Amino acid sequence: MVNTTWNRADILSLLSEIKDPEIPVVSIEEMGMLRDVILSENNCEVLLTPTYTGCPAMGIIEQDILSALNKAGIANPKVTMILAPAWTTDWMSESTKEKLVQFGIAAPVHSSCINWLSPKNVSVSCPKCASTNTQIVSLFGSTACKSLHTCKDCQEPFDNFKCH
Amino acid sequence: MTKKEALYTYLLRLGDNALIQSHRLSEWCSKGPILEEDLALTNIALDYIGRAQNLLHYAGTVEARGSSADDLAYRRPEQAYLNNLIAELPKGDFAFTIAKQLFIATFEMLLYTELCHSKDETIAGIAGKAIKEVRYHWTHARDWCYRLGKGTILSNVKLQNAINDLWMYTKEHFEMDATENLLFSEGIACDNQALQAKWTGMIKEILAASNIVVPENTYMQTGGRNGVHTEYIGHILSEMQYLQRAYPDATW
Repeated sequence: MVNTTWNRADILSLLSEIKDPEIPVVSIEEMGMLRDVILSENNCEVLLTPTYTGCPAMGIIEQDILSALNKAGIANPKVTMILAPAWTTDWMSESTKEKLVQFGIAAPVHSSCINWLSPKNVSVSCPKCASTNTQIVSLFGSTACKSLHTCKDCQEPFDNFKCH
Repeated sequence: MTKKEALYTYLLRLGDNALIQSHRLSEWCSKGPILEEDLALTNIALDYIGRAQNLLHYAGTVEARGSSADDLAYRRPEQAYLNNLIAELPKGDFAFTIAKQLFIATFEMLLYTELCHSKDETIAGIAGKAIKEVRYHWTHARDWCYRLGKGTILSNVKLQNAINDLWMYTKEHFEMDATENLLFSEGIACDNQALQAKWTGMIKEILAASNIVVPENTYMQTGGRNGVHTEYIGHILSEMQYLQRAYPDATW
């Protein structure tokens, strides 16, 4: 097998089909986890950055990437985890954030909106009724990347993708 | 001591703190006081185990004897562990765990902020990830201090007792020895001692706002970072390392 029939952009677009297993509406590219592809005639290295260091979804994503590349007949695919620059929710586009809201997860605020030495509860809008009359239940929700909230108007409990 | 030896020791200290802390927090799984806290403490444990994996993997690379992160975690005896004593103390009741978290996360906020600027790129990269996670650990511990301290008389007393019992273990974070001095002079490690005044200021502010009295410095216990531990480390390792000890080389 040789990789001469593929270029970097093709591989990136192939991999942009892979979804985050925890949030099946957004891809790893939209999340900002897929950083780059280094393609040579005999090798294909995918640079991936973890959202959280202990995130159990990373192993699944790595497998998904390798199986997609193997299926496409790409020679010697390899996934390399890179830590710097550290992943941030600021890399999500507005349309990605909108997809999260449609899925029922409130979107993260920009990191510049938070004073980390004295974090106050930033008002989070309910993804169902858009009310800002909500309260935080727990800083850690169903996964490490989300916090748990309740809407005081429509009573809906919901997750918020935490600013990171 | 060569720079390589110092770096290996330093990485074990950072990595073992994360690993042992992770194990203690994971003991809350299915035992949290409420479901949300069960999830919170185990999610924090997950952050710690991710950090431990990165640090121990790098330690194995620096040592260059072919040790993986798992080898270092599962095959070292007690005295080769270099975590601070506070990490290995039993989880205690919920107030005790929150007090431990407050002391440790406040220190880690300061430590990892500094390590983001380490001249060692791998340490700086790990620190860049860690600091984002630690901020939430710290906020979580701080908010629970307010709630317990200003909650009922019973919750206030339990938190005060935990703070009193743990106070003697809080100085070990700020120790410096030949290892750290060497790495600090190279711009790799940070000056732990320089963080103490800021740590004390942050802790005093939170405890005052939680109606908790700040204990006096009396006898301050240290030892873990040099491999001299409490009896508790043996109990942790006998559980954590059981599988690799009973069935060497077992894999998933």
